[in-house]
This record gives sequence, structure tokens and C-alpha cells, in this order.
Amino acid sequence: MIPVAHAAPGTTAVPAIEIRALCKNFGENEVLKGIDFHVDQGEVVCVIGPSGSGKSTLLRCVNRLEEPTSGTVMVEGIDITDRETDLDDVRTRIGMVFQQFNLFPHLSVLKNLTLAQQRAKKRGRAEAVEVARRNLAKVGLSEKADAFPAQLSGGQQQRVAIARALSMDPDMMLFDEPTSALDPELVGDVLEVMKQLAREGMTMMVVTHEMGFAREVGDRVVFMDGGVVVEQGRPEDVLGDPQHERTKLFLSKVL
Amino acid sequence: MKRSTRRRLTQGVLYAIFAAVILFVLLSADWGRIQPYFFNIDVARSAFPEILTIAAKNTIVYTAIAFVGGMLFGLLLALMKLSPVLPYRWLATGYIELFRGLPALLVIFGFAFAVPIAFQWQAPGGSVGAGLIGLIVVSAAYIAETIRAGIEAVPKGQVEAARSLGMGSTWTLVTVVLPQAFRIITPPLTNELVILIKDTSLLFIAGMAIGDRELTTFARDSLTNSANATPLVVAALLYLVITLPLTQLVAKLERHNKRGR
Repeated sequence: MIPVAHAAPGTTAVPAIEIRALCKNFGENEVLKGIDFHVDQGEVVCVIGPSGSGKSTLLRCVNRLEEPTSGTVMVEGIDITDRETDLDDVRTRIGMVFQQFNLFPHLSVLKNLTLAQQRAKKRGRAEAVEVARRNLAKVGLSEKADAFPAQLSGGQQQRVAIARALSMDPDMMLFDEPTSALDPELVGDVLEVMKQLAREGMTMMVVTHEMGFAREVGDRVVFMDGGVVVEQGRPEDVLGDPQHERTKLFLSKVL
Repeated sequence: MKRSTRRRLTQGVLYAIFAAVILFVLLSADWGRIQPYFFNIDVARSAFPEILTIAAKNTIVYTAIAFVGGMLFGLLLALMKLSPVLPYRWLATGYIELFRGLPALLVIFGFAFAVPIAFQWQAPGGSVGAGLIGLIVVSAAYIAETIRAGIEAVPKGQVEAARSLGMGSTWTLVTVVLPQAFRIITPPLTNELVILIKDTSLLFIAGMAIGDRELTTFARDSLTNSANATPLVVAALLYLVITLPLTQLVAKLERHNKRGR
């Protein structure tokens, strides 16, 4: 296992995400069995692995949508499993994109983007709208500001969801299989937005089945299976020349 | 025989049966005898305008008070029932089971007579006010269960999305969960409202001054005074005049809200 640390220039040494000895049980079922994992600032880390390997649970532990059973999760040096930590404040700095988009169906696209800005970041309406419009433009959906989520295609909904997360000006973005619920022809637009983000230097942790994306955009690929990190390294190494049998087996099925 | 022809034929038979039943009922009724006692124009006229200015107005006012009160109290109970704090859940469950299990008439009676004596307490609005509190207490129990079901029907991902954006639990509830929950439960809530309109007729047990009477009590008094059932028929029609536009309005509202789903 080769730990690759390559912080982007001009960043401090504090990792964006640092996880130590993380365990998560759902009842009797051990989903994460002692994970050590980190994402440096400006780094794009793609987590791959078969379903049930615990990769989504790992991602969801980062902003504590799942309560870790044991171990520590540090975000920008702040222990988020600490009861004293203001979780809501930390969460405004972690953008999250879900497989099922989870847009608010009763609100217009613009309102989807301004709601949390106003409620969680206490921004005024004018500022929130300005930020929202800027991010809608970024994902190429300026003309959909007044539409409702149900009027959009899956790909458009996911791009709105990305714009919603970006409107909080997060320091990092978590993606939980962002293209898995999309029709194949809509995947490209969403990946394009994500690539753009990566080029801008956004810190990203991406749980994905898109091996092409992992290879092209990822600074590091992490292969998980059975609740442990089996192998990690540069995309061309892990995907092109896997060392472990389990990685080889998985890749032979998906590539 | 083609399927469409067969379907048309069975439909024709069903319509024919329906028409025959209606015709039979209409023809077998003794219209000559029933008309003077139930559809007497002069008696109907004498019920106006009080049946509108007092009775119908009071029915609407009582319904509005009971529904708003029941919604607020019911929302509180629903949140208690979903609370992580165990005693709150017990309290809410106990309350709901108790007041759903009791006839509304008895609860209204209890609040109008037993509670004021036991606690030396005077309800705002006199005996009708006390009765209305009884009605609120009962309707809250039903509405609480409806609202709870609505909240639970909002997908978990909605809360996760709001929380992961850094919104606190209260804002998440108010801006994300409840608006969607109320959209989901609009049909059953309409049901509660329509039931409540009719349940205002139970308030008579609390005792009513002349000006407090709602439609049913008013009509029963007129029945006693005139020895004629026509006021009951007028009251029945007025109930429909109140409920039908209301349900139509809600249906329209629902269609409007569909765009957001």
C-alpha cells in the first residue's frame, strides 16, 4: 500500500479529511472494519469497490450522516465525532451530492439553492440569489432557475444538486455515486461538471462506478471491499496494474 | 364479440340497472304525504334569515376554531410522538389512544361540565367555548396521527440533504419536511375538516344560548317549534353548501401543488 500525499500548492499540511480506525456496525453487521483514510486539500480521491463494500457508509461518516461506532473522523483538523463540535457549522463546509439527488421537490430550483444559504449561512436574500445564479450558470442551467425539480431530467437535477452544494461555498465536496441513478446518455453532463470542479482545485471524495472518470480525474483511487481498504494509489497503478486478487477480480468485472 | 363492444354492452347494462333503481325509489315514495312535512316551502321560508346569519355562520366559525386548534395541537402531538425523548412519545401515544377511543360527545360533555367543576375553571366563550375545547382535544388526536404519517412519508433523503447543507433540525422541519408532509396529507386532512364540520353538531350537549346555535341545533329547535321537519332538510342542504365548495377548493389546490412533485 503506497500512501500518496500530494497537497496542492499553497495549502497547509492539515488534511481535508482524516479518518483513523473507523468502525461502523449496523446491528450485527460490521460495515466498516477499521478504516484509515485521508484526503488532502485539493486532492480528488475516487473510492471504488463492489456494492456492500462500505464505500458509501465511509463517505456518509465524513459529515456524520452515519454515526461512527468507533474511531475518529477529522475534517480540516476538527474532530466531528466530538459532541462539542458544532456539526451544522462543519457541514456548511462539506458539500454533499447524493445518488438520488434529493432536491427539495416543493421548491423552485432557485429556492433549492438559496434556502440553506439563508438559513444556515445567514446570508441575505439578495446575496443568496446572486450566489445561486452564479452556480446555476456554472452547471449550465441558468434558464432553469424558476423550474421545479420534477420538470427536470435526472442529469439536470443532479447538476442542480451540485450547484446547491456549491452555493454554500464548501471547502470540499462529497459525491455518493452521483451518476448511478442516471440514464446512460445523461451521465456525461454530470461528469463534465465534476471534471470542471476538479480542474478548479476543489477537494473531492467521489464514490463512483465510473472507472473512466476515476482514471482521468482522480489523483488517487481507493479500492474497498468487505469493509476495509484493500488497495490505493495512483489511478493508473490501481486500475492498470492492481496488486491484490480482490482488486483484480473486481476490475475484471467492471472494466 | 370485440372487447370494446363487450365493454360497451356491460356498461349499458350497468347504467340501465342504476336508472331502474333510482326510478323505483322515486316512484315508490309517497310524495304527497312527505311533501308537507319535509319540503314545506312556508316553513322553510320562516327559517330564514336566522338559519344563515346565526346557524350556518356558527357552524363555520366553530369548525374554523376547532380545525385550527386541532391542527396546532395535533402538530405538537405528532412531533412529540416522533420525539427521541421517550416520555414524550408515551404521553403522545397515551393521549391519542385515549381520545380516539372516546366518543366526541362524551369528551365535549366532560369539558363543558366536569372539567369546570373539578378545576374551578371558566372556559373562554362560556359553555360553547368549553365544548369547543373538547372538540379540539378530540380532533387533535386524529390529526396528530395524520400529520405523523405525513412526516414519516417524506423520504429520508430530504432530511439528509437539508442537514448536510448545515441546516439545523428545526429549520429542516419547518422548511423541508412539513411543507412536503402537508402536501401528502392534504386529502386525509380535508377528510378531517369535513368530519369536523358535521361534528360541530355535537356541541349542543354543552348547552347553547339562542345566538350560539349551529345548524343542527337550530334545525332541531325549529322542528320542535313548528312540528315540521323541513328545517332539518334546509340544514342538510346548507351543510352541503358548505362542504362541497370546500372539497372542490382543496382538490384544486392539490392539482396546483402537483407541479412540485
